[in-house]
Amino acid sequence: MKTPILEAQHLDKFFPGPEPFQVLKDITLSIGKGEFITIIGKSGCGKSSLLYLLSTLDTNYKGSLSINGTRVTGLSESALSRFRNEHIGFVFQFHYLLPEFTVLQNIMIPALRLGRLSREAIEQRAMDILKQLDIDDIAAKPSGKLSGGQQQRVAIARALINNPGIIMADEPTGNLDSINTKIVFDIFHELSRQGNTILAVTHDRDFAARSDRIIEMMDGRIK
Amino acid sequence: MKLPVNFMISGTELLARKKQSVIAMLGVMFGIAMFIFMISFMKGVNKFIEDMMLAAIPDIHIYNDIRTDYTHSVTEAWLHQDSSKIVVVHHPRPSKIRLNLKDPGRIIADLKTTPEVAVVSPLSSTQVFFNYGPVQLNGMLDGVDIYAEDRVFNLTEKMVSGHPEDLLTTDKGILLGQGLADKLNVVKGDLITLASPTGTVMRFRVAGTFSFGMSAIDNIKAYTTQAGVQQLLGKDRDYITDIRIRLHDLSQAKATAILLGRKYGYKSEDWETTNPSIKTGNMIRDTLTWVVSITLLTVAGFGIYNIMNMVITSKMKDIAILKAQGFSGRDILTIFLSQSLVIGILGAVFGLGLGYALSYGMSRVPFPQGEITSLKYFPVVFDTRYYLLGAAFGILTTFVAGVMPARKAGRVDPVAILRS
Repeated sequence: MKTPILEAQHLDKFFPGPEPFQVLKDITLSIGKGEFITIIGKSGCGKSSLLYLLSTLDTNYKGSLSINGTRVTGLSESALSRFRNEHIGFVFQFHYLLPEFTVLQNIMIPALRLGRLSREAIEQRAMDILKQLDIDDIAAKPSGKLSGGQQQRVAIARALINNPGIIMADEPTGNLDSINTKIVFDIFHELSRQGNTILAVTHDRDFAARSDRIIEMMDGRIK
Repeated sequence: MKLPVNFMISGTELLARKKQSVIAMLGVMFGIAMFIFMISFMKGVNKFIEDMMLAAIPDIHIYNDIRTDYTHSVTEAWLHQDSSKIVVVHHPRPSKIRLNLKDPGRIIADLKTTPEVAVVSPLSSTQVFFNYGPVQLNGMLDGVDIYAEDRVFNLTEKMVSGHPEDLLTTDKGILLGQGLADKLNVVKGDLITLASPTGTVMRFRVAGTFSFGMSAIDNIKAYTTQAGVQQLLGKDRDYITDIRIRLHDLSQAKATAILLGRKYGYKSEDWETTNPSIKTGNMIRDTLTWVVSITLLTVAGFGIYNIMNMVITSKMKDIAILKAQGFSGRDILTIFLSQSLVIGILGAVFGLGLGYALSYGMSRVPFPQGEITSLKYFPVVFDTRYYLLGAAFGILTTFVAGVMPARKAGRVDPVAILRS
């Protein structure tokens, strides 16, 4: 087993309500550095809930979670923000690009927030990533004027800008046609091959089949 | 350009929706412009009224008030102040009224050595009837030292015809209020007849006419020498009824008046007490200005609140992704609050400019000419303090209006948005 980058122990999550519903039941999970893991399962099985919990966006749970050797359970909201900024890249079903900004600016914003590199260095790195994803020709375009496939590729570029320890994706191909789905698949495999750690929720068995490990969930438990 | 990323995002978004930003800014701008305009104009009116009133009343007026307690005249005469008896006098009839000041020479000499006092003008005043042909008018005749009176009221500037000194060069000269002269239909050089309350009749020659710009004075007042009034009333040369005083510092009037009243034992009134309407009027106009200004700024504040709320509702997705990518609630708050503040500061700057332009425009509008001839343009005061105050208020309003939506944005739960 490779060194773990993410370790979750005995995670429980309840959705509040008149009859609290337990969506995650005693999840214990370890992800090794460089692994490409997909989480699959029927809708409502808790796979997305697990992803948001592991990504530190959702802090309302029981159990403990460590990422990159840092125990993130119980950290403050602003500490978690800084942590996500540095260690986690996000790709969602929807691209969530900021419409007022150009492609390049959208990619640069998380790195500017981190503030580790100079603006010029960030711009250079953003251009390199765009080139790698073969979309450097649209760098100066407003992000609102792109096709769906292009937007999703820009979103992936944005997730990579801070060289995160782990990339988390929630149905990254859910909104795409078959051609773009294939392109995004290929990008993920290429990223995995380059040594990135990827955790993706998907309902696409073809996508999952090409990952290192599949975690199948049912009724809030890992099967 | 090395701008923190929060402000880069804030600025780009603000520019992306220029129309909304400009409308919100216009709200603040008009609010502050109206505040500046109203307060400059109202303060101008206050100052004008104060100046006009003060030009017609002395800072302190010392006189012998008619006392309503006449019991002592009875007790002294009949009971010789026997302390063992309690005397109750019902509804006594006034007797022996003295209107003049006792030993005025001593009081005047003492006043002249009082450091707060600038000018002392003693006078003997009486009610008279002015007769010219069949016209008979009631009025007040002040026998004055015309040089002192000139220094108290700046009479030289108020003369319509003749000069104050003409009173001394004319035999039994008299200066008439312009309104009075018009009603009597007399001009400089005419002879008029005056009748005193005691029935004495004397002829005076009109040496000039003056106007204070207030009909209450111009229609009833006339000046002659002290000797003229003393002669008309059949009194001696010590007969002085009033002393008018100008001070070096107007704000000392109240305290000094109390002091002098206690010292001499006569009624001593300062200008505020004589004319409470000045203070009342000032207060009412000030209150009105504040109420209207605060209302306008509050409305502008609601405009900003509304627009920022709308913006934040439409930006939920962007807020969620920024939070996912590592922007904290504080960062989000900074982004949206800085947008409100930019709107507020720009609105304040333009508002001050517009306010100044409106005030300046008002100060160039000719005032309708009529009774008050001394006013050529609408009165406006230009004071930097009001501009600083306006800017501070505008920015404070936008801050308060911007904080609530920005806090809401900072508290957005990204999971709720991103999952859907």
